[in-house]
Amino acid sequence: MIRVENLTRYYGNFPAIENVTFDVEKGEILGFLGPNGAGKSTTMRILTCYMPATSGKATVAGFDVFEESMEVRKRIGYLPEHPPLYPDLDVETYLDFVAKIKGVPPRDRKKAIDEVIDRVGLQDVRKRTIRKLSKGFRQRVGLAQALVHDPEVLILDEPTVGLDPKQIIEVRELIKSLAGKHTVILSTHILPEVSMTCQRVVIIDKGRVVAEDTPENLSSKVKNTERILVEVEGPKDEIQQKLNSVPGVKSVSIEHANGTARFVVDSELDKDIRKDLAQAVVSQGWGLLELRPLDVSLEEVFLRLTTKE
Amino acid sequence: MKAYLALLEKELKIVFSSPIAYVFIGLFLTIAGFFFYNIMAWFDRISMQSMAYAQMYRMPPQPINVNMMALRPFFHNLTIIALFLLPGFTMRLFAEEKRQGTLELLETSPITNWQLTLAKFTAAWILWGITLALTGILVGMLFFFGNPEVGQILSGYLGMFLVGGAFIAIGMWFSTMTENQIVAFISALGANLVLLSLGWLSNFAGETLGKLFANIDPIAHFDDFAKGVIDTKHIVFYASFIFMGIFLSFMSVESARWRGSR
Repeated sequence: MIRVENLTRYYGNFPAIENVTFDVEKGEILGFLGPNGAGKSTTMRILTCYMPATSGKATVAGFDVFEESMEVRKRIGYLPEHPPLYPDLDVETYLDFVAKIKGVPPRDRKKAIDEVIDRVGLQDVRKRTIRKLSKGFRQRVGLAQALVHDPEVLILDEPTVGLDPKQIIEVRELIKSLAGKHTVILSTHILPEVSMTCQRVVIIDKGRVVAEDTPENLSSKVKNTERILVEVEGPKDEIQQKLNSVPGVKSVSIEHANGTARFVVDSELDKDIRKDLAQAVVSQGWGLLELRPLDVSLEEVFLRLTTKE
Repeated sequence: MKAYLALLEKELKIVFSSPIAYVFIGLFLTIAGFFFYNIMAWFDRISMQSMAYAQMYRMPPQPINVNMMALRPFFHNLTIIALFLLPGFTMRLFAEEKRQGTLELLETSPITNWQLTLAKFTAAWILWGITLALTGILVGMLFFFGNPEVGQILSGYLGMFLVGGAFIAIGMWFSTMTENQIVAFISALGANLVLLSLGWLSNFAGETLGKLFANIDPIAHFDDFAKGVIDTKHIVFYASFIFMGIFLSFMSVESARWRGSR
Protein backbone atom coordinates (compact mmCIF):
# COMPACT_ATOMS: atom_id res chain seq x y z
CA MET A 1 0.00 0.00 0.00
CA ILE A 2 2.81 2.36 0.94
CA ARG A 3 6.22 1.87 -0.56
CA VAL A 4 9.21 3.97 0.39
CA GLU A 5 12.50 3.47 -1.42
CA ASN A 6 15.77 5.20 -0.59
CA LEU A 7 13.99 8.33 0.46
CA THR A 8 16.41 11.16 1.22
CA ARG A 9 15.69 14.70 2.22
CA TYR A 10 18.25 17.41 2.83
CA TYR A 11 17.69 20.71 4.60
CA GLY A 12 20.58 22.66 3.17
CA ASN A 13 23.54 20.41 3.88
CA PHE A 14 21.86 18.63 6.71
CA PRO A 15 20.27 15.28 5.89
CA ALA A 16 16.94 14.99 7.72
CA ILE A 17 16.46 11.47 6.39
CA GLU A 18 18.82 9.32 4.38
CA ASN A 19 17.95 6.26 2.29
CA VAL A 20 14.84 5.43 4.25
CA THR A 21 13.24 2.29 2.85
CA PHE A 22 10.19 0.41 4.09
CA ASP A 23 6.88 -1.03 2.94
CA VAL A 24 3.48 -1.04 4.55
CA GLU A 25 0.96 -3.71 3.57
CA LYS A 26 -2.72 -2.97 3.12
CA GLY A 27 -4.59 -3.02 6.42
CA GLU A 28 -1.44 -2.94 8.50
CA ILE A 29 -0.61 -0.59 11.36
CA LEU A 30 3.00 0.47 11.24
CA GLY A 31 4.66 2.18 14.18
CA PHE A 32 7.24 4.77 13.34
CA LEU A 33 9.52 5.09 16.28
CA GLY A 34 12.42 7.37 16.96
CA PRO A 35 13.78 10.06 19.24
CA ASN A 36 12.87 13.68 18.59
CA GLY A 37 14.49 15.01 15.45
CA ALA A 38 15.05 11.56 13.98
CA GLY A 39 13.18 12.39 10.79
CA LYS A 40 9.76 10.95 11.55
CA SER A 41 7.82 14.09 10.67
CA THR A 42 9.92 14.71 7.58
CA THR A 43 9.13 11.23 6.25
CA MET A 44 5.45 11.73 6.96
CA ARG A 45 5.42 15.11 5.28
CA ILE A 46 6.92 13.60 2.16
CA LEU A 47 4.38 10.78 2.16
CA THR A 48 1.50 13.25 2.47
CA CYS A 49 2.80 15.37 -0.43
CA TYR A 50 3.50 18.36 1.78
CA MET A 51 7.16 18.35 0.95
CA PRO A 52 9.26 16.91 -1.88
CA ALA A 53 12.04 14.41 -1.27
CA THR A 54 15.56 15.30 -2.37
CA SER A 55 15.92 11.86 -3.88
CA GLY A 56 14.27 8.46 -3.67
CA LYS A 57 10.76 7.39 -4.38
CA ALA A 58 7.58 7.00 -2.36
CA THR A 59 4.27 5.65 -3.58
CA VAL A 60 0.92 5.46 -1.84
CA ALA A 61 -1.64 3.03 -3.28
CA GLY A 62 0.52 2.82 -6.38
CA PHE A 63 0.64 6.57 -6.99
CA ASP A 64 3.84 8.55 -6.78
CA VAL A 65 3.62 11.19 -4.04
CA PHE A 66 5.18 13.87 -6.20
CA GLU A 67 4.09 13.03 -9.74
CA GLU A 68 0.52 12.03 -8.92
CA SER A 69 0.09 14.05 -5.78
CA MET A 70 -3.66 14.70 -6.27
CA GLU A 71 -4.42 10.97 -6.41
CA VAL A 72 -2.39 10.39 -3.27
CA ARG A 73 -4.03 13.30 -1.46
CA LYS A 74 -7.50 11.88 -2.14
CA ARG A 75 -6.52 8.67 -0.40
CA ILE A 76 -4.81 9.88 2.74
CA GLY A 77 -5.90 11.31 6.05
CA TYR A 78 -3.14 13.17 7.81
CA LEU A 79 -2.80 14.38 11.36
CA PRO A 80 0.29 16.61 11.54
CA GLU A 81 2.31 17.17 14.69
CA HIS A 82 0.23 20.25 15.48
CA PRO A 83 -3.42 19.67 14.64
CA PRO A 84 -4.27 22.03 11.76
CA LEU A 85 -7.26 23.84 13.25
CA TYR A 86 -8.99 27.15 12.60
CA PRO A 87 -9.60 28.53 16.09
CA ASP A 88 -12.45 30.79 14.94
CA LEU A 89 -14.63 28.01 13.53
CA ASP A 90 -16.79 25.64 15.56
CA VAL A 91 -16.09 21.92 15.44
CA GLU A 92 -18.91 21.04 13.04
CA THR A 93 -18.19 23.87 10.60
CA TYR A 94 -14.54 22.93 10.60
CA LEU A 95 -15.22 19.27 9.87
CA ASP A 96 -17.70 20.27 7.19
CA PHE A 97 -15.01 22.37 5.54
CA VAL A 98 -12.49 19.55 5.68
CA ALA A 99 -15.04 17.08 4.27
CA LYS A 100 -15.66 19.48 1.38
CA ILE A 101 -12.05 20.00 0.42
CA LYS A 102 -11.35 16.29 0.75
CA GLY A 103 -14.09 15.70 -1.78
CA VAL A 104 -16.76 13.94 0.29
CA PRO A 105 -19.91 14.05 -1.90
CA PRO A 106 -22.61 16.44 -0.54
CA ARG A 107 -25.17 13.72 0.20
CA ASP A 108 -22.72 11.73 2.37
CA ARG A 109 -21.26 14.70 4.17
CA LYS A 110 -23.71 14.98 7.06
CA LYS A 111 -23.42 11.27 7.79
CA ALA A 112 -19.64 11.29 7.54
CA ILE A 113 -19.38 14.16 10.01
CA ASP A 114 -21.83 12.60 12.48
CA GLU A 115 -19.98 9.31 12.32
CA VAL A 116 -16.57 10.78 12.90
CA ILE A 117 -17.85 12.92 15.77
CA ASP A 118 -19.19 9.77 17.45
CA ARG A 119 -16.04 7.88 16.70
CA VAL A 120 -13.62 10.25 18.37
CA GLY A 121 -16.06 11.36 21.08
CA LEU A 122 -16.77 14.98 20.23
CA GLN A 123 -20.55 14.88 20.75
CA ASP A 124 -20.50 17.33 23.66
CA VAL A 125 -18.43 19.98 21.92
CA ARG A 126 -19.67 19.78 18.35
CA LYS A 127 -21.09 23.32 18.43
CA ARG A 128 -18.20 24.79 20.42
CA THR A 129 -15.65 27.17 18.92
CA ILE A 130 -12.30 25.43 18.56
CA ARG A 131 -10.50 28.30 20.33
CA LYS A 132 -12.34 27.37 23.52
CA LEU A 133 -11.47 23.68 23.48
CA SER A 134 -8.94 22.01 25.75
CA LYS A 135 -5.79 20.50 24.29
CA GLY A 136 -7.21 16.98 24.45
CA PHE A 137 -10.30 17.96 22.52
CA ARG A 138 -8.26 19.82 19.95
CA GLN A 139 -6.16 16.73 19.39
CA ARG A 140 -9.36 14.76 18.87
CA VAL A 141 -10.70 17.31 16.41
CA GLY A 142 -7.39 16.87 14.58
CA LEU A 143 -7.95 13.14 14.52
CA ALA A 144 -11.53 13.60 13.33
CA GLN A 145 -10.23 15.79 10.52
CA ALA A 146 -7.95 12.97 9.35
CA LEU A 147 -10.77 10.42 9.44
CA VAL A 148 -13.71 12.37 8.08
CA HIS A 149 -13.39 11.24 4.45
CA ASP A 150 -12.74 7.63 5.45
CA PRO A 151 -9.33 7.47 3.74
CA GLU A 152 -7.56 4.28 2.75
CA VAL A 153 -4.33 5.46 4.31
CA LEU A 154 -3.92 7.28 7.60
CA ILE A 155 -0.76 9.06 8.59
CA LEU A 156 -0.78 10.12 12.19
CA ASP A 157 2.06 12.15 13.66
CA GLU A 158 2.04 11.52 17.41
CA PRO A 159 -1.72 11.07 17.73
CA THR A 160 -1.86 10.69 21.51
CA VAL A 161 0.13 13.77 22.49
CA GLY A 162 -1.71 15.97 24.96
CA LEU A 163 -4.37 13.44 25.89
CA ASP A 164 -5.07 12.20 29.39
CA PRO A 165 -4.56 8.49 30.15
CA LYS A 166 -8.20 7.58 29.57
CA GLN A 167 -8.28 9.38 26.26
CA ILE A 168 -5.00 7.78 25.26
CA ILE A 169 -6.53 4.36 25.75
CA GLU A 170 -9.59 5.39 23.74
CA VAL A 171 -7.50 6.72 20.89
CA ARG A 172 -5.36 3.58 20.84
CA GLU A 173 -8.48 1.45 20.68
CA LEU A 174 -9.72 3.64 17.86
CA ILE A 175 -6.48 3.22 15.93
CA LYS A 176 -6.53 -0.53 16.49
CA SER A 177 -10.07 -0.68 15.15
CA LEU A 178 -8.83 0.89 11.94
CA ALA A 179 -6.60 -2.08 11.12
CA GLY A 180 -7.75 -4.25 8.26
CA LYS A 181 -9.78 -1.65 6.45
CA HIS A 182 -7.28 1.17 6.68
CA THR A 183 -3.54 1.27 6.39
CA VAL A 184 -2.03 3.28 9.20
CA ILE A 185 1.39 4.76 9.86
CA LEU A 186 1.69 6.28 13.28
CA SER A 187 4.71 7.96 14.73
CA THR A 188 5.41 8.16 18.39
CA HIS A 189 8.16 8.24 20.93
CA ILE A 190 5.99 6.51 23.50
CA LEU A 191 7.15 2.93 23.34
CA PRO A 192 4.29 1.02 24.96
CA GLU A 193 2.05 2.64 22.39
CA VAL A 194 3.88 0.79 19.67
CA SER A 195 3.72 -2.61 21.29
CA MET A 196 0.05 -2.05 22.05
CA THR A 197 -1.21 -0.81 18.71
CA CYS A 198 1.22 -1.70 15.97
CA GLN A 199 1.81 -4.90 14.06
CA ARG A 200 5.16 -3.74 12.81
CA VAL A 201 7.74 -1.20 13.91
CA VAL A 202 10.25 0.85 12.01
CA ILE A 203 12.83 2.41 14.26
CA ILE A 204 14.50 5.46 12.83
CA ASP A 205 17.43 7.35 14.24
CA LYS A 206 19.33 10.33 12.84
CA GLY A 207 17.45 9.95 9.58
CA ARG A 208 18.25 6.28 9.06
CA VAL A 209 16.20 3.16 9.57
CA VAL A 210 17.95 1.15 12.26
CA ALA A 211 15.47 -1.70 12.65
CA GLU A 212 12.25 -3.00 11.18
CA ASP A 213 10.25 -5.92 12.57
CA THR A 214 7.34 -6.90 14.79
CA PRO A 215 7.56 -5.55 18.35
CA GLU A 216 8.06 -9.10 19.74
CA ASN A 217 10.81 -10.02 17.31
CA LEU A 218 12.60 -6.79 17.98
CA SER A 219 12.68 -7.51 21.70
CA SER A 220 14.03 -11.00 21.23
CA LYS A 221 16.58 -9.94 18.63
CA VAL A 222 18.27 -7.49 20.91
CA LYS A 223 18.10 -9.86 23.80
CA ASN A 224 21.47 -11.47 24.39
CA THR A 225 20.86 -12.48 27.98
CA GLU A 226 18.05 -14.15 29.80
CA ARG A 227 16.90 -12.08 32.74
CA ILE A 228 15.30 -13.40 35.89
CA LEU A 229 13.94 -11.59 38.89
CA VAL A 230 14.35 -13.30 42.27
CA GLU A 231 12.91 -11.97 45.51
CA VAL A 232 14.37 -13.54 48.62
CA GLU A 233 14.10 -13.00 52.34
CA GLY A 234 17.45 -13.21 54.06
CA PRO A 235 20.94 -11.65 54.32
CA LYS A 236 21.35 -9.91 51.02
CA ASP A 237 25.12 -10.04 50.60
CA GLU A 238 25.21 -13.75 51.17
CA ILE A 239 22.32 -14.28 48.84
CA GLN A 240 24.04 -12.29 46.13
CA GLN A 241 27.18 -14.40 46.51
CA LYS A 242 25.23 -17.60 46.43
CA LEU A 243 23.25 -16.62 43.35
CA ASN A 244 26.47 -15.62 41.63
CA SER A 245 27.89 -19.05 42.18
CA VAL A 246 25.08 -20.79 40.32
CA PRO A 247 26.47 -22.05 37.00
CA GLY A 248 25.37 -20.03 33.99
CA VAL A 249 24.87 -16.76 35.90
CA LYS A 250 26.60 -13.79 34.37
CA SER A 251 25.78 -11.11 36.88
CA VAL A 252 23.50 -10.36 39.82
CA SER A 253 22.32 -6.92 40.82
CA ILE A 254 20.23 -5.84 43.79
CA GLU A 255 17.21 -3.77 42.96
CA HIS A 256 16.06 -2.63 46.37
CA ALA A 257 16.45 -4.02 49.79
CA ASN A 258 14.28 -3.44 52.80
CA GLY A 259 13.79 -6.66 54.65
CA THR A 260 13.39 -8.61 51.46
CA ALA A 261 15.67 -8.01 48.51
CA ARG A 262 15.02 -8.30 44.80
CA PHE A 263 17.82 -9.59 42.66
CA VAL A 264 18.01 -9.28 38.93
CA VAL A 265 19.95 -12.18 37.53
CA ASP A 266 21.37 -12.11 34.03
CA SER A 267 22.23 -15.48 32.62
CA GLU A 268 23.42 -16.98 29.37
CA LEU A 269 20.92 -17.35 26.59
CA ASP A 270 19.00 -20.56 25.97
CA LYS A 271 19.76 -21.88 29.38
CA ASP A 272 16.98 -22.20 31.90
CA ILE A 273 18.59 -21.77 35.30
CA ARG A 274 15.42 -21.06 37.26
CA LYS A 275 15.42 -24.48 38.89
CA ASP A 276 19.04 -24.13 39.97
CA LEU A 277 18.39 -20.67 41.36
CA ALA A 278 15.42 -21.88 43.38
CA GLN A 279 17.38 -24.78 44.74
CA ALA A 280 20.31 -22.55 45.70
CA VAL A 281 18.04 -20.30 47.72
CA VAL A 282 15.97 -23.00 49.36
CA SER A 283 18.97 -25.13 50.29
CA GLN A 284 20.26 -22.26 52.44
CA GLY A 285 16.93 -22.01 54.24
CA TRP A 286 16.14 -18.50 52.93
CA GLY A 287 12.58 -17.63 52.00
CA LEU A 288 11.98 -17.60 48.25
CA LEU A 289 9.20 -15.09 47.67
CA GLU A 290 9.21 -14.65 43.94
CA LEU A 291 11.00 -15.90 40.88
CA ARG A 292 10.05 -14.91 37.36
CA PRO A 293 11.63 -14.23 33.97
CA LEU A 294 11.85 -10.59 32.86
CA ASP A 295 11.27 -9.52 29.31
CA VAL A 296 13.61 -7.09 27.69
CA SER A 297 11.32 -4.13 27.17
CA LEU A 298 10.99 -2.20 23.96
CA GLU A 299 12.50 0.75 25.77
CA GLU A 300 15.74 -1.12 26.04
CA VAL A 301 15.63 -2.24 22.45
CA PHE A 302 15.09 1.31 21.47
CA LEU A 303 17.87 2.66 23.63
CA ARG A 304 20.29 0.03 22.45
CA LEU A 305 19.50 0.75 18.83
CA THR A 306 19.56 4.51 19.06
CA THR A 307 22.48 5.15 21.36
CA LYS A 308 25.91 4.51 20.04
CA GLU A 309 28.32 2.94 22.47
CA MET B 1 -15.15 24.83 -8.53
CA LYS B 2 -16.53 22.97 -5.52
CA ALA B 3 -13.24 23.20 -3.68
CA TYR B 4 -12.97 26.87 -4.62
CA LEU B 5 -16.40 27.57 -3.15
CA ALA B 6 -15.61 25.58 -0.01
CA LEU B 7 -12.41 27.57 0.48
CA LEU B 8 -14.18 30.85 -0.16
CA GLU B 9 -16.94 29.98 2.28
CA LYS B 10 -14.40 29.03 4.95
CA GLU B 11 -12.47 32.24 4.42
CA LEU B 12 -15.60 34.39 4.79
CA LYS B 13 -16.80 32.43 7.81
CA ILE B 14 -13.51 33.00 9.59
CA VAL B 15 -13.44 36.69 8.72
CA PHE B 16 -16.99 37.27 9.90
CA SER B 17 -16.95 35.01 12.96
CA SER B 18 -13.85 36.75 14.32
CA PRO B 19 -13.42 40.48 14.98
CA ILE B 20 -11.27 40.93 11.83
CA ALA B 21 -14.05 42.04 9.49
CA TYR B 22 -15.73 44.30 12.02
CA VAL B 23 -12.53 46.01 13.10
CA PHE B 24 -11.55 46.57 9.48
CA ILE B 25 -14.92 47.91 8.40
CA GLY B 26 -15.34 49.97 11.57
CA LEU B 27 -11.92 51.56 11.28
CA PHE B 28 -12.33 52.25 7.58
CA LEU B 29 -15.72 53.89 8.05
CA THR B 30 -14.50 55.98 10.98
CA ILE B 31 -11.62 57.40 9.00
CA ALA B 32 -13.79 57.79 5.91
CA GLY B 33 -16.40 59.60 8.02
CA PHE B 34 -13.77 61.96 9.38
CA PHE B 35 -12.59 62.89 5.88
CA PHE B 36 -16.17 63.19 4.69
CA TYR B 37 -16.96 65.58 7.51
CA ASN B 38 -13.95 67.73 6.69
CA ILE B 39 -14.76 67.84 3.00
CA MET B 40 -18.33 68.78 3.80
CA ALA B 41 -17.25 71.50 6.21
CA TRP B 42 -14.98 72.94 3.56
CA PHE B 43 -17.70 72.62 0.92
CA ASP B 44 -20.05 74.44 3.26
CA ARG B 45 -17.55 77.25 3.71
CA ILE B 46 -17.00 77.85 0.02
CA SER B 47 -20.76 77.73 -0.56
CA MET B 48 -21.22 80.44 2.06
CA GLN B 49 -18.46 82.47 0.49
CA SER B 50 -20.08 82.17 -2.87
CA MET B 51 -23.37 83.40 -1.38
CA ALA B 52 -21.62 86.30 0.25
CA TYR B 53 -19.89 87.35 -2.98
CA ALA B 54 -23.19 87.05 -4.82
CA GLN B 55 -24.79 89.44 -2.34
CA MET B 56 -21.84 91.79 -2.48
CA TYR B 57 -21.94 92.09 -6.26
CA ARG B 58 -25.74 91.75 -6.45
CA MET B 59 -25.58 88.76 -8.79
CA PRO B 60 -27.30 85.37 -8.64
CA PRO B 61 -25.06 82.98 -6.63
CA GLN B 62 -22.62 80.81 -8.62
CA PRO B 63 -23.65 77.16 -8.28
CA ILE B 64 -20.85 75.06 -6.82
CA ASN B 65 -20.40 71.65 -8.37
CA VAL B 66 -20.82 69.02 -5.67
CA ASN B 67 -19.48 66.32 -7.97
CA MET B 68 -16.22 68.10 -8.50
CA MET B 69 -15.77 69.77 -5.17
CA ALA B 70 -16.99 67.05 -2.79
CA LEU B 71 -17.22 63.64 -4.46
CA ARG B 72 -13.91 63.62 -6.27
CA PRO B 73 -11.76 64.51 -3.28
CA PHE B 74 -13.75 62.08 -1.13
CA PHE B 75 -13.18 59.19 -3.55
CA HIS B 76 -9.48 60.03 -3.65
CA ASN B 77 -9.35 60.00 0.12
CA LEU B 78 -10.97 56.58 0.23
CA THR B 79 -8.33 55.09 -2.08
CA ILE B 80 -5.58 56.45 0.17
CA ILE B 81 -7.23 54.97 3.25
CA ALA B 82 -7.44 51.67 1.37
CA LEU B 83 -3.74 51.89 0.58
CA PHE B 84 -2.99 51.97 4.30
CA LEU B 85 -5.68 49.68 5.67
CA LEU B 86 -5.96 46.88 3.12
CA PRO B 87 -2.46 45.51 3.88
CA GLY B 88 -3.74 45.11 7.45
CA PHE B 89 -6.39 42.79 6.17
CA THR B 90 -4.38 40.91 3.55
CA MET B 91 -1.41 40.26 5.86
CA ARG B 92 -3.17 37.32 7.44
CA LEU B 93 -4.31 35.58 4.24
CA PHE B 94 -1.40 33.15 3.97
CA ALA B 95 0.84 34.09 6.90
CA GLU B 96 -1.86 33.02 9.34
CA GLU B 97 -2.33 29.65 7.64
CA LYS B 98 1.39 29.04 7.89
CA ARG B 99 1.67 30.01 11.52
CA GLN B 100 -1.39 27.99 12.52
CA GLY B 101 -0.14 24.97 10.61
CA THR B 102 -3.37 24.84 8.64
CA LEU B 103 -1.42 25.22 5.41
CA GLU B 104 -0.32 21.66 6.09
CA LEU B 105 -3.97 20.60 5.90
CA LEU B 106 -4.66 22.59 2.74
CA GLU B 107 -1.49 21.46 0.98
CA THR B 108 -2.17 17.79 1.69
CA SER B 109 -5.79 17.98 0.50
CA PRO B 110 -6.86 17.38 -3.08
CA ILE B 111 -7.15 21.07 -3.97
CA THR B 112 -4.97 23.11 -6.31
CA ASN B 113 -3.05 26.22 -5.39
CA TRP B 114 -5.06 28.13 -8.01
CA GLN B 115 -8.26 27.34 -6.14
CA LEU B 116 -6.60 28.38 -2.92
CA THR B 117 -5.20 31.73 -4.09
CA LEU B 118 -8.32 32.64 -6.05
CA ALA B 119 -10.58 31.84 -3.09
CA LYS B 120 -8.47 33.96 -0.77
CA PHE B 121 -8.41 36.85 -3.20
CA THR B 122 -12.16 36.68 -3.77
CA ALA B 123 -12.89 36.63 -0.05
CA ALA B 124 -10.79 39.75 0.53
CA TRP B 125 -12.36 41.46 -2.47
CA ILE B 126 -15.85 40.69 -1.16
CA LEU B 127 -14.96 42.26 2.20
CA TRP B 128 -13.67 45.32 0.34
CA GLY B 129 -16.90 45.45 -1.67
CA ILE B 130 -18.97 45.36 1.53
CA THR B 131 -16.86 48.11 3.08
CA LEU B 132 -17.27 50.29 0.01
CA ALA B 133 -21.01 49.67 -0.10
CA LEU B 134 -21.24 50.92 3.48
CA THR B 135 -19.51 54.19 2.59
CA GLY B 136 -22.51 54.65 0.30
CA ILE B 137 -24.37 55.94 3.37
CA LEU B 138 -22.12 59.00 3.41
CA VAL B 139 -22.42 59.58 -0.32
CA GLY B 140 -26.18 59.03 -0.08
CA MET B 141 -26.44 61.99 2.29
CA LEU B 142 -25.33 64.30 -0.50
CA PHE B 143 -28.60 63.63 -2.28
CA PHE B 144 -30.46 65.48 0.46
CA PHE B 145 -28.47 68.67 0.03
CA GLY B 146 -27.48 68.77 -3.62
CA ASN B 147 -27.81 66.90 -6.82
CA PRO B 148 -24.80 64.67 -7.29
CA GLU B 149 -24.50 62.73 -10.48
CA VAL B 150 -25.33 59.02 -10.21
CA GLY B 151 -23.13 58.07 -13.14
CA GLN B 152 -20.06 59.62 -11.58
CA ILE B 153 -20.77 57.93 -8.27
CA LEU B 154 -21.05 54.53 -9.91
CA SER B 155 -17.87 55.00 -11.92
CA GLY B 156 -16.07 56.20 -8.79
CA TYR B 157 -17.16 53.09 -6.92
CA LEU B 158 -16.12 50.82 -9.77
CA GLY B 159 -12.73 52.52 -9.71
CA MET B 160 -12.34 52.15 -5.95
CA PHE B 161 -13.34 48.52 -6.15
CA LEU B 162 -10.59 47.96 -8.72
CA VAL B 163 -7.96 49.96 -6.80
CA GLY B 164 -8.75 47.88 -3.72
CA GLY B 165 -8.40 44.70 -5.78
CA ALA B 166 -4.93 45.81 -6.83
CA PHE B 167 -3.88 46.48 -3.23
CA ILE B 168 -5.32 43.13 -2.14
CA ALA B 169 -3.42 41.31 -4.86
CA ILE B 170 -0.12 42.88 -3.77
CA GLY B 171 -0.85 42.32 -0.09
CA MET B 172 -1.72 38.68 -0.67
CA TRP B 173 1.54 38.12 -2.49
CA PHE B 174 3.56 39.49 0.41
CA SER B 175 1.54 37.33 2.78
CA THR B 176 2.58 34.17 0.91
CA MET B 177 6.22 34.90 1.55
CA THR B 178 6.30 34.93 5.34
CA GLU B 179 4.62 33.44 8.34
CA ASN B 180 4.99 36.70 10.21
CA GLN B 181 1.95 38.91 9.73
CA ILE B 182 3.76 42.09 10.75
CA VAL B 183 6.38 41.49 8.07
CA ALA B 184 3.63 40.88 5.53
CA PHE B 185 1.87 44.09 6.57
CA ILE B 186 4.91 46.33 6.49
CA SER B 187 6.24 45.04 3.20
CA ALA B 188 2.85 45.31 1.49
CA LEU B 189 2.34 48.81 2.82
CA GLY B 190 5.86 49.71 1.71
CA ALA B 191 5.19 48.37 -1.77
CA ASN B 192 1.97 50.39 -2.00
CA LEU B 193 3.77 53.55 -0.93
CA VAL B 194 6.55 52.95 -3.46
CA LEU B 195 3.94 52.58 -6.22
CA LEU B 196 2.26 55.75 -5.05
CA SER B 197 5.48 57.73 -4.90
CA LEU B 198 6.42 56.52 -8.38
CA GLY B 199 3.41 58.44 -9.63
CA TRP B 200 4.72 61.51 -7.86
CA LEU B 201 8.32 60.95 -9.01
CA SER B 202 7.15 60.71 -12.60
CA ASN B 203 7.13 64.52 -12.69
CA PHE B 204 10.89 64.59 -12.18
CA ALA B 205 12.04 61.39 -13.81
CA GLY B 206 12.46 62.61 -17.38
CA GLU B 207 10.34 61.79 -20.35
CA THR B 208 10.59 58.04 -20.86
CA LEU B 209 10.96 56.98 -17.27
CA GLY B 210 8.39 59.53 -16.15
CA LYS B 211 5.80 58.06 -18.48
CA LEU B 212 6.50 54.59 -17.18
CA PHE B 213 6.29 55.67 -13.55
CA ALA B 214 3.06 57.55 -14.11
CA ASN B 215 1.51 54.45 -15.57
CA ILE B 216 2.56 52.11 -12.79
CA ASP B 217 0.93 54.13 -10.01
CA PRO B 218 -2.41 52.41 -9.31
CA ILE B 219 -3.97 55.55 -7.89
CA ALA B 220 -3.12 57.62 -10.97
CA HIS B 221 -5.32 55.29 -12.99
CA PHE B 222 -8.15 56.06 -10.64
CA ASP B 223 -8.41 59.75 -11.63
CA ASP B 224 -10.66 59.15 -14.60
CA PHE B 225 -13.02 56.96 -12.59
CA ALA B 226 -13.37 59.71 -9.99
CA LYS B 227 -14.25 62.13 -12.75
CA GLY B 228 -16.92 59.80 -14.00
CA VAL B 229 -15.01 58.53 -17.01
CA ILE B 230 -14.79 54.78 -17.48
CA ASP B 231 -11.90 54.09 -19.81
CA THR B 232 -11.08 50.51 -20.86
CA LYS B 233 -7.37 51.25 -20.66
CA HIS B 234 -7.66 51.73 -16.90
CA ILE B 235 -9.81 48.64 -16.52
CA VAL B 236 -7.19 46.66 -18.43
CA PHE B 237 -4.52 48.11 -16.17
CA TYR B 238 -6.29 47.02 -13.00
CA ALA B 239 -7.23 43.63 -14.40
CA SER B 240 -3.62 42.90 -15.32
CA PHE B 241 -2.36 44.29 -12.04
CA ILE B 242 -4.73 42.03 -10.09
CA PHE B 243 -3.91 39.04 -12.25
CA MET B 244 -0.21 39.62 -11.71
CA GLY B 245 -0.68 39.73 -7.93
CA ILE B 246 -2.69 36.51 -7.92
CA PHE B 247 -0.22 34.86 -10.25
CA LEU B 248 2.76 35.83 -8.08
CA SER B 249 0.95 34.52 -5.00
CA PHE B 250 0.20 31.28 -6.80
CA MET B 251 3.82 30.92 -7.90
CA SER B 252 5.06 31.65 -4.41
CA VAL B 253 2.81 28.98 -2.83
CA GLU B 254 3.43 26.51 -5.63
CA SER B 255 7.21 26.90 -5.58
CA ALA B 256 7.23 26.16 -1.85
CA ARG B 257 5.82 22.74 -2.75
CA TRP B 258 8.83 22.09 -4.94
CA ARG B 259 11.41 23.57 -2.65
CA GLY B 260 9.79 22.16 0.46
CA SER B 261 10.63 25.21 2.54
CA ARG B 262 7.46 26.44 4.10
